[in-house]
Amino acid sequence: MTTTTPLTRRPVEAAPQAPGAAVSIEAVSKTFRLPHQQYSTLKERVLHPLRSTEYDELHAVKDISVEIAPGEFFGIVGRNGSGKSTLLKCIAGIYGVDQGRISIAGRLSPFIELGVGFNMDLTARDNVVINAIMLGLSRREARARFDDVIAFAELEEFIDLKLKNYSSGMLVRLAFATAIQVDAEILLIDEVLAVGDASFQQKCFEEFFRLKREGKTIVFVSHDMHSLERFCSRAMLMERGDMIQLGEPRAIARAYHKLNFGKLPHGAPAETADEGTGTRITEAWFENAIGERVTAAAQEDPLTMCFEARIAEDLEDPVFAATLRTELGHTIIVARSDEHTRQGSGRFSAGETAVARFKLPNWLTPSRYTLTPSIAREGTGEDALALVEDMASIVVSGNATGGILELPVEIRIEHE
Amino acid sequence: MSTGAPAGLPVPGRIPTSHSVHGPSALSGDLRRFWSLTFTLARTEFKLRFFGSVLGYLWTLVRPLLLFGVIWVFFTKVGHVNNSTLPGSRYYGAQLLGSIVLFTFFAEATTSAVRSMVDRENLLRKIHFPRLVIPASVVLLATFNLGLNLIVVMIFALGSGVHPMLSWLELPLIIGALIILAAGVAMLLSALFVHFRDIQPIWEVVSQILFYASPVIISIDTIREKLSTTLQHLYMLNPLAVIFQQFRHAIITHSTISAGQALGSWAALLEPAAIVTGIFIIGFAVFDRSAARIAENL
Repeated sequence: MTTTTPLTRRPVEAAPQAPGAAVSIEAVSKTFRLPHQQYSTLKERVLHPLRSTEYDELHAVKDISVEIAPGEFFGIVGRNGSGKSTLLKCIAGIYGVDQGRISIAGRLSPFIELGVGFNMDLTARDNVVINAIMLGLSRREARARFDDVIAFAELEEFIDLKLKNYSSGMLVRLAFATAIQVDAEILLIDEVLAVGDASFQQKCFEEFFRLKREGKTIVFVSHDMHSLERFCSRAMLMERGDMIQLGEPRAIARAYHKLNFGKLPHGAPAETADEGTGTRITEAWFENAIGERVTAAAQEDPLTMCFEARIAEDLEDPVFAATLRTELGHTIIVARSDEHTRQGSGRFSAGETAVARFKLPNWLTPSRYTLTPSIAREGTGEDALALVEDMASIVVSGNATGGILELPVEIRIEHE
Repeated sequence: MSTGAPAGLPVPGRIPTSHSVHGPSALSGDLRRFWSLTFTLARTEFKLRFFGSVLGYLWTLVRPLLLFGVIWVFFTKVGHVNNSTLPGSRYYGAQLLGSIVLFTFFAEATTSAVRSMVDRENLLRKIHFPRLVIPASVVLLATFNLGLNLIVVMIFALGSGVHPMLSWLELPLIIGALIILAAGVAMLLSALFVHFRDIQPIWEVVSQILFYASPVIISIDTIREKLSTTLQHLYMLNPLAVIFQQFRHAIITHSTISAGQALGSWAALLEPAAIVTGIFIIGFAVFDRSAARIAENL
């Protein structure tokens, strides 16, 4: 997504490729040198003058090139230790890069995490001002924006309370409200939306959309695939310092899940396409009330989420689950066999084929929905054997009132 | 939060000039931000230091005063270290207190600078800002305390019969030199500590030695009686000795000799001046060199 807008004024300092990019990352590598002995002391230095050259090299970011256009919401995902935060810190200038070059166009927010530098022994008032100064505002500007910050965080009653008496949710609200005060054109955000109560999260989302409308460029690192799909226009997936995929958020989210489940200790190939030996889900579909496979259904017609799985090992009470999501990625329900059948799913032996059916009353609002089937070992459901994101879909038609669900409502209005 | 932006599609309108992102450095970016960050950190620390204590800021004054009291009693009433017939001994109390306060500043600024980078790890790893802010804020905080303590010293001096003198105008120069020296050492130590953790105990010992190797307790006049000219000269190469002695001479009483006299000539003052400048330059150079990688080496 390279903008080809002709520029009237070329940047003086040469940024050879894509002059319009807000953030341009060119063949960037970052290596950490980890000495074997973490804390070297002078004594060791003196006793072993030659040993100091022993280092382990950790290639945190390997030869990554990507260009982020102005106004783009760019997501970076990856598992722990994949180098995503290191890359973000390189963009922020907190770490210098070893090879390659990063150039940015516009003011960069110096923050990469919320609430950095908050001091628990100070009041919210002091902390907001200090934080804003760290963001690059002057003391006067910081004071001037104080009211806005507090109003946004909805913490008017608590401004003179010390932060140590704040709840974690209140802290996050304060931190978020402070961070978005910055006048930067490019914001870097590391793991932000996982916290706060539902209504504040909603507010944060709205704020993100506002930033998006204003054309700010945001690079954001997350584990949360829902916010990734919801906000990002593009994303990249990192693994062990490499960029393994770059593209549309939905595809990236899918690849991320695949990466995660593929690496489980008892891991089996998660996708149908992989002809592995492990347990796998071969097919998923929707059925109507009389057992016909359908891709469209009318509201109020009962709907059954179905999938077929090839069992590769002997299993005692595996958990079959079906997740129904909206197009935006909101989960409507997660139906689990261990919750809906008290006695468990029973015993399955290797080589068997299992079919799971989850029948539900169809109170969905007209839209397209997807089914994500999964099988996990008995227990919490974390030890997944197979999972396929959005394997089947259904379009529901009917009346929309504006809600997510069209629950049957019994209305009675009386004169008294 | 009414930023009144036009709704609609992203507006990649004004495309600012692109520039390379450089890694962290000692003094990147604008000086205004450097100063406001330094000031903010120092101010916050100052506020927090005596948070919850009853006497609050008074503790900054009490500590040097207690040390002064102990030394005063032991060295004048019990030990008789100084020859009380020497010139200037009349104002020994004020000289002693002044030197203690100056030394307290130096010791506080440098010893708390040692760990400063490591203790501010969360900021260094999360925010892009000029790395020099950290040791600078430590020195600035010590300077706040020095300012408060100097007020007490002046009150004490006036109380013990010192009269205002024209040479008081030298005070900013003396304090300035002391701050530059402390800043140089602070930069050096804070950068070295990241790699060598034994800087901390070493520096604690060194600063103890410096306390006794400077005219804090013993007046220069007593030393002159006992040391040869060469040793005296060597003694006065310690920048702290020069600074303390000049403070005693210019601020407390002219009856004790000036630093220039102690060194033999005014021109010889260039030697300690060169040492201070050298320490500052070396400190900055070492800090600047390690600044780029300080966040990852912590």
